Amino acid sequence: MNAIEFSLLIGMASLVAGFLGSLTGLGGGVVIVPLLALAFKVDIHYAIGASLVSVIATSSGSAAAYVRKGYSNIRIGMLLEIATTLGAIMGAFLAAGTPTKAIAIVFGMVLLFSAAVSTRKRNPPPTDEPKDRLASMLRLDGSYPDDGIKHPYHVRRVPLGFGLMFGAGTLSGLLGIGSGAVKVLAMDEAMLIPFKVSTTTSNFMIGVTAAASAGIYLSRGYIDPAIAMPVTLGVLAGSMLGTQFLMRAKTKAIRIIFAVVIAMLGMEMIYSGLTGRL
Amino acid sequence: MEHPAPIDPNEYALTDDTIIDIRIGLLLKIGMLTSAAVILLGGILFLFHHGRSNPDYTVFHGVPDNLNSLAGIARGLRHGNDLAIIQLGMLLLIATPVARVVFSIFAFFSERDYLYVTISTIVLAVLLYSLIWH
Repeated sequence: MNAIEFSLLIGMASLVAGFLGSLTGLGGGVVIVPLLALAFKVDIHYAIGASLVSVIATSSGSAAAYVRKGYSNIRIGMLLEIATTLGAIMGAFLAAGTPTKAIAIVFGMVLLFSAAVSTRKRNPPPTDEPKDRLASMLRLDGSYPDDGIKHPYHVRRVPLGFGLMFGAGTLSGLLGIGSGAVKVLAMDEAMLIPFKVSTTTSNFMIGVTAAASAGIYLSRGYIDPAIAMPVTLGVLAGSMLGTQFLMRAKTKAIRIIFAVVIAMLGMEMIYSGLTGRL
Repeated sequence: MEHPAPIDPNEYALTDDTIIDIRIGLLLKIGMLTSAAVILLGGILFLFHHGRSNPDYTVFHGVPDNLNSLAGIARGLRHGNDLAIIQLGMLLLIATPVARVVFSIFAFFSERDYLYVTISTIVLAVLLYSLIWH
């Protein structure tokens, strides 16, 4: 396979990954690493390097759209970014010392977890509970527009959310992914943030989180331009298409199909890690 | 319980956070599109010049020194290295969220929200620590 064929194939595959990733809210990054490592036999360190920069690109692209609509809460995002960036630095350091096998197994488990999270039922959080003191002090409460109506919400259990975000950042730095699933879960379940706000704020945070490990990845030589180029452009084009499509499509079926694909990739990664094929 | 209030379009458009939101959105969009354009340009040049080569990525060697640091990439650009152009795009991509944090510091400052000036500055410090490591 010469460089042109390699770039075109990876570019096309990344486009599909970005498209499905943006439709389901899981991000394209989560399938890029297994795709590169399993199908193209790319070393996992190059794979996580390419994935990480593509994650930054899609975060900036989609956050640009959502922030302007007023869904994202930039205060919640900024506060939790302290935790995710610190975690990301730790994760990037861990990536260097962790054997490929172990990275593959952890990756597989995160994929299985993401698949489970993406198909779960999400109940809107109660709005009539008393305010949380810490959240009020940090001015995290906000409101988001929906059908021309402002919906206020209160944030709770900030320390728990903060701790979970450190974990999300560590996984992001170790695996070169956005860890959107962990971020959304921390905000939905721990901090009881409405999912329109949690999903878009998570998207918004992913870029800064990934930038924190990108510096370390770059100096360690994980970001190979010839691999990162088709991955980034493909994922970006795919996710932009996905955002256009999202307005019209019924996403439930796509979400389930993508979850199944992710779960299968997760099992394949764990199997490959255990048998040492990576 | 607070009842959802209808949005008055004028009032909504004038709240400070909304203006910050719009500017941040624009900043992210410009950063993302600029870096994508640079990566695309470098990619086309690279494939035009080296498209027939057979790369092997199955074993990790790490990218060469001239592509893994600011100084190295700047040197590569002066020598017309196509891969250095792609890496410049990657640097712009990484710089975009960092620029967003810098912008937020000023935005919170103009709102006199010193708590969030401090929080944003901490995030910036962590990012800079990572980016200038080594």
